[in-house]
Amino acid sequence: MSIKKISKDQPKDFVFSEKNLELAEKILAKYPKDKKQSGVMALLYLTQRQNDNWIPLAAMKYIAKFLEMPYIKVFEVATFYSMYNLTPVGKHFIQICTTTPCMLRGAYKLVDICKRKISDDQNILSKDKSCSWTEVECLGACVNAPMMQINDDYYEDLDEKTAEKIIDQILNGIKPKPGSYRGRINSEPENNRQTLMDLKNA
Amino acid sequence: MLNDKDRIFLNLYNDKGSDVVSAQSRGDWSNTKEIFSKGRDWIINEIKTSELRGRGGAGFPTGLKWSFAPKELGSRPHYLVINADESEPGTCKDRDILRFEPHKLIEGCLIAAYAVNAHKCYIYIRGEYFNEGQKLQNAIDEAYQKKLIGKNASNTGWDLDIFIHYGAGAYICGEETALLESLEGKKGLPRLKPPFPALIGLYGCPTIVNNVETIAVVPTILRRGAKWFSSLGSPKNTGTKIFCISGNVNKPCNVEEEMGISLKDLIEKHAGGVVGGWENLKAVIPGGSSMPLLPKNICETIKMDFDSLIEQKSGLGTAGVIVINKDQDIVKCIARIARFYKHESCGQCTPCREGSGWMWRMLERMAKGEASREEVDMLMGVTQQIEGHTICAFGEGSAWPVQGLLRHFKKEIVKKNNFKPLISKNKNIPYLVDQHLLEKENA
Repeated sequence: MSIKKISKDQPKDFVFSEKNLELAEKILAKYPKDKKQSGVMALLYLTQRQNDNWIPLAAMKYIAKFLEMPYIKVFEVATFYSMYNLTPVGKHFIQICTTTPCMLRGAYKLVDICKRKISDDQNILSKDKSCSWTEVECLGACVNAPMMQINDDYYEDLDEKTAEKIIDQILNGIKPKPGSYRGRINSEPENNRQTLMDLKNA
Repeated sequence: MLNDKDRIFLNLYNDKGSDVVSAQSRGDWSNTKEIFSKGRDWIINEIKTSELRGRGGAGFPTGLKWSFAPKELGSRPHYLVINADESEPGTCKDRDILRFEPHKLIEGCLIAAYAVNAHKCYIYIRGEYFNEGQKLQNAIDEAYQKKLIGKNASNTGWDLDIFIHYGAGAYICGEETALLESLEGKKGLPRLKPPFPALIGLYGCPTIVNNVETIAVVPTILRRGAKWFSSLGSPKNTGTKIFCISGNVNKPCNVEEEMGISLKDLIEKHAGGVVGGWENLKAVIPGGSSMPLLPKNICETIKMDFDSLIEQKSGLGTAGVIVINKDQDIVKCIARIARFYKHESCGQCTPCREGSGWMWRMLERMAKGEASREEVDMLMGVTQQIEGHTICAFGEGSAWPVQGLLRHFKKEIVKKNNFKPLISKNKNIPYLVDQHLLEKENA
């Protein structure tokens, strides 16, 4: 259960953009007609994408009306799941996995770099307000450890040098290339492939 | 080592592309109709004789699970739910299936949906796998276009719709009933069982929940026959499995291997050996963070399958092998796992909610050598008070790694931790929260 801080500065109103309204209708079509509540997680995502990566309370009220469910139930969901940000985060939101498999391969070195380059503590915006970082639990790319996620993309097989380069690029407004930073193909054993050899050479 | 011709996931490293055309060239979707024509009972029986066990961690026989679904469609519709909420530390096999073999999964969904009488299938993907989910969505769209799924899917006369539902970073939603709660748009709090989801699941309807890898191997089993599948591995532990080898190895990787491969082979041959050589091995967590670790002497000979690992009081779990070498502090490693569980406990049952944090705090102190000797036994006591006293298996999942540590490395911890109680003699302070700081007779 994550501890959630709710932002003190709240916008008064929130409505979906036209594009998101369309998407919301599409999402609701996935579920039975009388089970609108199932759409709440997806709608919270839409909000987060529309509203600079965080969800204001007004949006929760809006979603509650949209789905004809009690506001408190939306609030419950938004506070339970760790991927919903209830307070502003950077436009570039960096998440570093520090669970054991990543820790074994030096994830805390990446944390140190973020502390140095972005902000002393997690969830604090960088000087130019464009970037924030946080430590998260397992992101499910353990054989490509250590790794970090920036917005939707995974950056894998990092070390101090490459991580520093990535963060420099982000701070300068350049989007770094996602994927492995040691040049290996996905999750294959680097230079040690014993299986599916004819496919590789085909 | 498994022959290449016996591998199921030919595109595990994306050599050939994951689109429908290249998937078909690998044999997916080739005779789905023929499989359907043999009937529901044949499919379930074939899966039963193949002795396929669920790949999500618990290892429950899949054919048996399918047979629990009501045979006749009642007033309520049936659902098939695919669990792609892969969050167990050390595990990243489903990610590669979603990215590179989506059509194996989709075809498996169609067959499984037919077997359990479902016309709707939800795939619950963890929210962090956004890109993987988009890739799967593309594959689903392709399949709709080619009429492989949808109305009269693949000309079989069966209708199937597949929808993706994203999670939002809660490990507990990998537990099947919590997953169903989350699908219904609630907090992911596990439900009491019984009733089991096979009878009362999603929206109160009969629901079968299966792991991604389990469903993805089904089409190949039916195509090549249950006999072929059960000829691999050993009885009750048949077939192939994707192993994820991470941690202190030279070449961490995912690899599909036969069940029952020796752990040493897995590490030495595929993962390029332990960093610093085999002698530098300290311990291995064989099945994702929930499973108790194994020290080096057991690792020499252990076979990687469900039953051999249970004999050593561990388990295959999700087959996420985490290798820890002597350069690491083993207590610190387990303390980090305990912190993971403290963070991810849903908070519904008191033993787990309070115990997971308690274990973490004690382990952090033990890693620094700041715990008293009594606390080592107290830690064991705490784990025993968690396991078996919670609604779901998360309690066991958080207690077992700590028990594994104490079982094999207790001496080391005791040697390091002989912190004296701070308050000694004749001070009976009932309000003191940290009772462990007192001497025993006063505590």
